[in-house]
Amino acid sequence: MNKASSKLYLALRWVILLAVLVAIYLPLLMIIVYSFSTSQSVGGSFGDFTFRLYGKLFENTKMLSALKNTLIIGLASAALATVFGTTASVGIHYMRKRIKSAVETASQITVVNAEIVTATGFFLLMICLRDTVKMPINFSIWWLIITHTVITTPYVILTVTPRLKQLNPNLLEASMDLGAGPMRSLFTVMLPQLAGAMVSGFALAFTLSLDDFVVTNINSFGANIDTISTYIYSGIRKKGIPIEIRALSTIIFVVVLTALIVYNVVKNKRAKEQAKKA
Amino acid sequence: MTGKKAKVFRPTAFAFPYLVVTLIFVIVPLVLVLVYAFRGSDGSFTFANFRTVFTEKETLRQLGQTVGIAALSTVICLLIAYVVAYILASHPFKKLPILALLFIIPMWINFMLRIFALQSLLSMIGIGKSYWAAVIGMVYDFFPYMLLPIYTVLVNMDKSYVEASRDLGANPAMTFLKVTLPLSLPGVISGISMMFMPIFSSYAITKMMGDMNTTVIGAKIATLFENTYGDYGYGSALSFVLLVIVFVVMLLGNALTRRTEKAPKGGKA
Repeated sequence: MNKASSKLYLALRWVILLAVLVAIYLPLLMIIVYSFSTSQSVGGSFGDFTFRLYGKLFENTKMLSALKNTLIIGLASAALATVFGTTASVGIHYMRKRIKSAVETASQITVVNAEIVTATGFFLLMICLRDTVKMPINFSIWWLIITHTVITTPYVILTVTPRLKQLNPNLLEASMDLGAGPMRSLFTVMLPQLAGAMVSGFALAFTLSLDDFVVTNINSFGANIDTISTYIYSGIRKKGIPIEIRALSTIIFVVVLTALIVYNVVKNKRAKEQAKKA
Repeated sequence: MTGKKAKVFRPTAFAFPYLVVTLIFVIVPLVLVLVYAFRGSDGSFTFANFRTVFTEKETLRQLGQTVGIAALSTVICLLIAYVVAYILASHPFKKLPILALLFIIPMWINFMLRIFALQSLLSMIGIGKSYWAAVIGMVYDFFPYMLLPIYTVLVNMDKSYVEASRDLGANPAMTFLKVTLPLSLPGVISGISMMFMPIFSSYAITKMMGDMNTTVIGAKIATLFENTYGDYGYGSALSFVLLVIVFVVMLLGNALTRRTEKAPKGGKA
């Protein structure tokens, strides 16, 4: 390739990347821009620059309770998923090959399965619990926390297991041979080494829970609970959602973006420090 | 005594709580889907639910349309994602991982908010609810999940294969077809698997962006479970059919992966 055509090729690649970036971010950007306008629709006449939607957001109790539910379910289920996922990873790690592959396959069922099937399975289980065992729990926020825990735990296992494989395989045994009980060995020997992976697993479980719609939708018909996902969904299908959703969206975009930037800056800094040490 | 207790304990026992959870909340629900699928409204064993699934024209149409939308959106998304991944993994973009991050970031933003944003923008430029709007919604939603595995494979690919191919006289197009593309297939398959089946359940997107006639089978199932006191036989049978499809697609994917993983190994050994 000569110089001119290689320059053209470079320019072409930039154009493609930028075009796709615009397609990805333009919708989000429009929402952010119009969160400072009281225009009824995005793209309508902008009017005055105002924070009124942000004020309205904090008066909209339905929207705020959807946000609160989303966060409660996300944090609680991610915490539970981290506990179950980490202990499961440690246990599976020490299993014999055959049982190990069987358990690993079972743990991937909800990951591979169509979400709607998982959701209807949960629904039928709740129906059976309600009708046969007469359990006092019904479709409620507790049920959503349980179901979210079940669907996010496999991802914690997927995050923790690779780290576990890097550890010295005799670590746990050594600790128990030296007289520490199983629980003490787990907490003082294993967990500190897995802390990083557990944090990643928690973060992954949390985002997956926040993003979930299908399981939440099917399993909240009987309860009067909305998460952000189901709130927007029912809003768009019915009369439309209150326009202060644009303020909430903007806040969420900014929080996610800040968290990701901070995370990557810290990660790069650490990688650099480690490179220096080495 | 304590010494004995420690010996009895096996570290595998740490998995026990999770196994119980999996049994109750993963295995039992699947059994329940099966049980309800073969249960008539009077509680007896029946094939009637499946008969309804396979004879009701509307359901068959929806199943067909679901496969169509899933295939179409996946192909479009794959083409765009492959081009972007290929560029991002090429010189000089390779040195800018932040740029790649920009394409992946939407993964962490609530998908319903993103669909809402996309829908607002489309209606702003005059594109209403339609079949194609729904396809655009699918592509937009799943793009980062398609991009990430392909980008990961391409950026970690050993460059010497491409160099060897060029040194041996293959032109760029030939090199791409015979070297880069086959080596990137595991990423492509992983990307497809993250999109094709999930679309079956993505009724939120078709409901929000598609017209009345545009739907995926998940929507049908969802309406059949809207009532907490009802007859779930039909919905369960439909779920079961979906389960079978998932299984077949998974087997196909595994077979493909095994074949593509076999190919490049010969060179390394």
